[in-house]
Amino acid sequence: MKHFSFSRFLAYFEKEVKQIMRDPSTFLIAFVLPLIMMFIFGYGVSLDADKVPLGLLVEDTSPTARSLEHAFLGTTYFDVKTSYNRSAIEEDLTGGRVRGIVVISQDFSKNLLKGVETPFQILLDGSEPNTARFVLNYAEGVVNNWVKQQKDEGKSFLTLPLRAVPRIWFNASLESRYVLLPGSIAIIMTLIGTLLTALVVAREWERGTMEAIMATPLRISEMLLAKLVPYFLLGLCAMILCIFLTVVLFQVPFRGSYFILFISTSIFLLAALGIGLVVSSTTRNQFVASQIVIIIGFLPAFMLSGFIFEISSMPWIIQMMTYIFPPRYFVTILQSSFLSGTTWALVLPSLLVMFFIASLFLGISALKMVKRID
Amino acid sequence: MSKNKDAIHITSLGKTFPGSKKAALDNINAVIRPGIITGLIGPDGAGKTTLLRLMTGLLLPSHGKVNVFGLDTVQDAERLHDITGYMPQKFGLYEDLTVIENLNLYAALHGISEKEKSEVFEKMLHFTSLGPFTTRLAGNLSGGMKQKLGLACSLLGKPKALLLDEPSVGVDPVSRRELWKMVSDLAAEGICIVWSTSYLDEADRCSEILLLNEGKLLFYGPPKDLAKQVSKGGKEEIGFEEAFIEILGGSHRGESVLTKHMSSKKVKDAPSIQIENLTKKFGDFTAARDISFTIKQGEIFGLLGPNGAGKSTIFKMLCGLLQPTEGRALVSGYSLKTAPSEARLRIGYMAQKFSLYSDLSVKENLNFFSGVYGLIGHHRQTQIEKMISIFELTPYLADNAGLLPLGFKQRLALACSLMHEPDVLFLDEPTSGVDPLVREEFWNHIQGMAAKGVTIMVTTHFIEEAEYCDRIALIYGGSSIASGTPMALKEMVRSKALPKPTLEDAFITLIEQFDQRRPL
Amino acid sequence: MKKQIKNVWLPIRTLIIKEILAVWRDKKSRITLVVPPLIQLIILSHAATLDVNNISIGIFNQDSGWYSQELTQRIKGSPYFKHVYDYKKPQSIRESIDKQEVILALHLQPNFSKLVAEGNTAPVQVILDGRKSNASQIVFGYLNLIFQSYNRDILKDQGIDVPEPISIQYRSFFNPNIEYIYFTVPSLVAILSMILALMVTAMSVSRERENGTFDQLLVSPLQPWQILIGKMMPAMVISIGESTLLMIAVLFLYNIPFKGSLILLYFSMIIFLFSIVGIGLFISSICKTQQQSILGTFVFMTPTMLLSGYATPIENMPPWLQPVTNIFPIKHFFIIIRGIFLKDMPTLEVLRYSWPMVLIALFTLALSGWMFKRRLE
Repeated sequence: MKHFSFSRFLAYFEKEVKQIMRDPSTFLIAFVLPLIMMFIFGYGVSLDADKVPLGLLVEDTSPTARSLEHAFLGTTYFDVKTSYNRSAIEEDLTGGRVRGIVVISQDFSKNLLKGVETPFQILLDGSEPNTARFVLNYAEGVVNNWVKQQKDEGKSFLTLPLRAVPRIWFNASLESRYVLLPGSIAIIMTLIGTLLTALVVAREWERGTMEAIMATPLRISEMLLAKLVPYFLLGLCAMILCIFLTVVLFQVPFRGSYFILFISTSIFLLAALGIGLVVSSTTRNQFVASQIVIIIGFLPAFMLSGFIFEISSMPWIIQMMTYIFPPRYFVTILQSSFLSGTTWALVLPSLLVMFFIASLFLGISALKMVKRID
Repeated sequence: MSKNKDAIHITSLGKTFPGSKKAALDNINAVIRPGIITGLIGPDGAGKTTLLRLMTGLLLPSHGKVNVFGLDTVQDAERLHDITGYMPQKFGLYEDLTVIENLNLYAALHGISEKEKSEVFEKMLHFTSLGPFTTRLAGNLSGGMKQKLGLACSLLGKPKALLLDEPSVGVDPVSRRELWKMVSDLAAEGICIVWSTSYLDEADRCSEILLLNEGKLLFYGPPKDLAKQVSKGGKEEIGFEEAFIEILGGSHRGESVLTKHMSSKKVKDAPSIQIENLTKKFGDFTAARDISFTIKQGEIFGLLGPNGAGKSTIFKMLCGLLQPTEGRALVSGYSLKTAPSEARLRIGYMAQKFSLYSDLSVKENLNFFSGVYGLIGHHRQTQIEKMISIFELTPYLADNAGLLPLGFKQRLALACSLMHEPDVLFLDEPTSGVDPLVREEFWNHIQGMAAKGVTIMVTTHFIEEAEYCDRIALIYGGSSIASGTPMALKEMVRSKALPKPTLEDAFITLIEQFDQRRPL
Repeated sequence: MKKQIKNVWLPIRTLIIKEILAVWRDKKSRITLVVPPLIQLIILSHAATLDVNNISIGIFNQDSGWYSQELTQRIKGSPYFKHVYDYKKPQSIRESIDKQEVILALHLQPNFSKLVAEGNTAPVQVILDGRKSNASQIVFGYLNLIFQSYNRDILKDQGIDVPEPISIQYRSFFNPNIEYIYFTVPSLVAILSMILALMVTAMSVSRERENGTFDQLLVSPLQPWQILIGKMMPAMVISIGESTLLMIAVLFLYNIPFKGSLILLYFSMIIFLFSIVGIGLFISSICKTQQQSILGTFVFMTPTMLLSGYATPIENMPPWLQPVTNIFPIKHFFIIIRGIFLKDMPTLEVLRYSWPMVLIALFTLALSGWMFKRRLE
């Protein structure tokens, strides 16, 4: 850092801040988008199924069948649509208006009374696998409970050898927003860090401001720092907003240390910024830069970070890829900071890897940003 | 090597861009001395910009080297920028910062202290006449004002060497005079100045010139020696301009090839352009105030005025790009408001800034514009071929338009605005930044077209070009302060002090008179 | 008369050719159109899965009796789990879950075998990692299946008459093994085409504005509606080409049936892309610079991905939010494309989900047309 001039840095920094303040789109991405995402994850999206539309095809009108129908109507898991017409309800399945059909066939109660093994059919819409599995599991549960009730009537209660007593750590009521809200912070930080910086640097090349700046005494180190600091601060502001909403509005517990969270956010932001700088100085074109950022920034943060999709269930080669991108580590830290408290066994290696990625990309960008235009 | 430390030494310098077979610069040797202005001249595509970029260390030489005051441009690039000032051809201002914020930024980058700043800024704002606009966003300045602001930004430092790439393109005559004076003063202080230009009057005033053509150094020495060198064989003394044209292979004079192929327009009685009380306000700023004039068919009408006077605003209203706040404009009898499509079919427009599709090839641009103007079938093909042959575009057909030398960009832009044979042609500074050869060729075309009945409206900074116009309106502060034939304008300012005023004198005097009359 | 019609369409055709050339000529952007979508398709189709497998769990067994051995053997022998850790200390459960080595752990008390042998119910504590609420519940489901068969078999061994449960047969229509990839791959075709269509339109106008070429278009005799069509069609052509490319890749790379009608798919895809292009044009009509339109696109895209039924089912959303999801065209197209791929969705059903997209397209196109007109004046 020879000849580092603070006043030159400050001048370029001030310029960058003014540009951020004047462009409504930076505010859109730094504050409006986080708000939208927080509200969607906080109020809207949930992985916990509830009130799944289910068709009940009733071909048997005996009281026994009625009783099973009532058992289905009584659950909160399903929004039951009773039908007596097979082709009509199958059409609903094809049209996606019901996610499964429970068939109470003509000879259902007859067989059941005879004690003959009673085949019981559930038709599923496999085009939505997650919901299909949910329907299968819960419909099975409803039917088995109902059978037990039928048999238990008048009989003594059967003692089962084993009973599972589930205890859910960190998230007793299994609220998916507890998981999704902290995870979404990684997406927001990626957009601010990588996308925004990639665009602003590419824009300087496109508009020709880079050539004029490069011919001034401004050092590369001063320029890099002045590009990093404003977006770093912007990212921290967005982070504070996100934490505030998550903890205060959506009541997600925070069990870790704010200090550790601050440190890891900083390191993650540096990594994201470094990637953004490398992308933009390689492409020098906003369209191409934004496309690359989608591929190596946005989608990994969404898909390869383990915040919605379980990493250990992915094919091994894709699991390997998740190790390359920083969001995976950040999501791990975020989820444990919020829910389980600082787990050093997770946090420390994640921090180290992120730190390595950050220094790698910042190093590359410092090397790539030479004061030359060819 | 101590003697190296007092000048720019260029030693067998060559530059070949990757993917190109031809060298952009080939074996250049020169020693550029401090204390004088060295002109860098040559036609478009000669390699002027490449040479300047090599001197600033923004490009790496393929062979040879450049040494600026003892600093090698490759090894000492960082320190080099402490002692050089550079103004690129397209100075990228931060358009979302204000005038004063842009100046502040560059002042700080050049290490100017707060104390010096106020004095330097005052000087710069005076020279650029940007004083009233300090809080305006740079993006909202007119083209010429942007150019001046960029120039001011690069003059802020106290460099040992000042490298200016076509600094006076698009700058009005008054400012050009001031600029020349400022730079001469800097030279007198011992600064080494390289000034690339396509204006021959400027080149003539330089102490020494480097004449480049197709990457080769044709001449290096005082301008008057160029004339000597060229006229060595001949008997008569020739001027600098003739010498310049001669050394580059002769002039294009004669009937315009373009008009040879053109049929005459039907003669109409109605005026081609009729403007009544045209006014445009942006908020409480009046960019054009109560402009009225009528232009006959076949007339060349020039709009003249300093940067930011409102020429482009008037132009844009005539082309339908801006809606007037008051008043109306008729083109060939059609209103741009009520019948925009019919009116637009009759006009051709060439923008000030190059605005063709730079990522399309020359041929594709021609195809595109002929199609957009509704040319079809055989007619379309012949028009395209005609333009290619007239403007000698054949060698460039497959090249991206954005990579053409400036002169060819302008030719292509003119070609694209002409293919549909418009009745009225709007040319916004068509010759800005092009070399004298192309400029001459352009005016040849313009005059030829006017003779065939095309009405032409043109803005220009070149006073000598204004002489070619049939009539001129002098625009200043959003108003038309004088109009008439060039002769009539000169007549207005004739006095005892100025018995034989030039058009430039008229331009300057009329503006001064207007300023004195106007209550501030 | 004929000539006049030609004069209206020729400039538009020129505009379209130019737009496509601008994207296709440049090698970099040509590669951008072809390679990344394919990579994304391949990676994301395998990554974006809510399937849970390859999971490790842990057991802390304090009991040494036969019954607990039997249970642990059954768990270790099950195909659901990648690895089953044996803990020796109670703290290991905490540590192992904390560092996410396992997603779930079992704790068998010292008196487990004794309780079972005596005909009592032995509680088994199952500890789930709530940080992975979805995955841990699914794994718990797997475990419950093992428990059920264990219970039944032990009871039988003990000579107790076990009520035979109803034998439940399930048949999964359209996706017999309930494989997640059947769901993600058609969805990805829709998403990737949408991103491209959106980006191309959103940027096409702002790029021309930044380069000054937009003025050149405005002084030409083209009317605003012609410019609008000239900007729409190239994005349509490019993104239809893109989805065709992706479909071909899907047919070659994946073992996913294509049951429905290709014509219906293209018909609905055109409607879908019209609505997306309408949104893209709207974004570009309110943005001054490329940067703004890129960021605007992201602000639109994020809620789209989250609320369209891709990331999570719409049925899981609160009732007030569900109607809101209708404003995202891709929600309707998801139903159609999955329907045509997997279910051979009949024409009437396709039409039923197409008309909301028609409405969105008409609305956004009219809106952006109006915005353009207003800005031109």
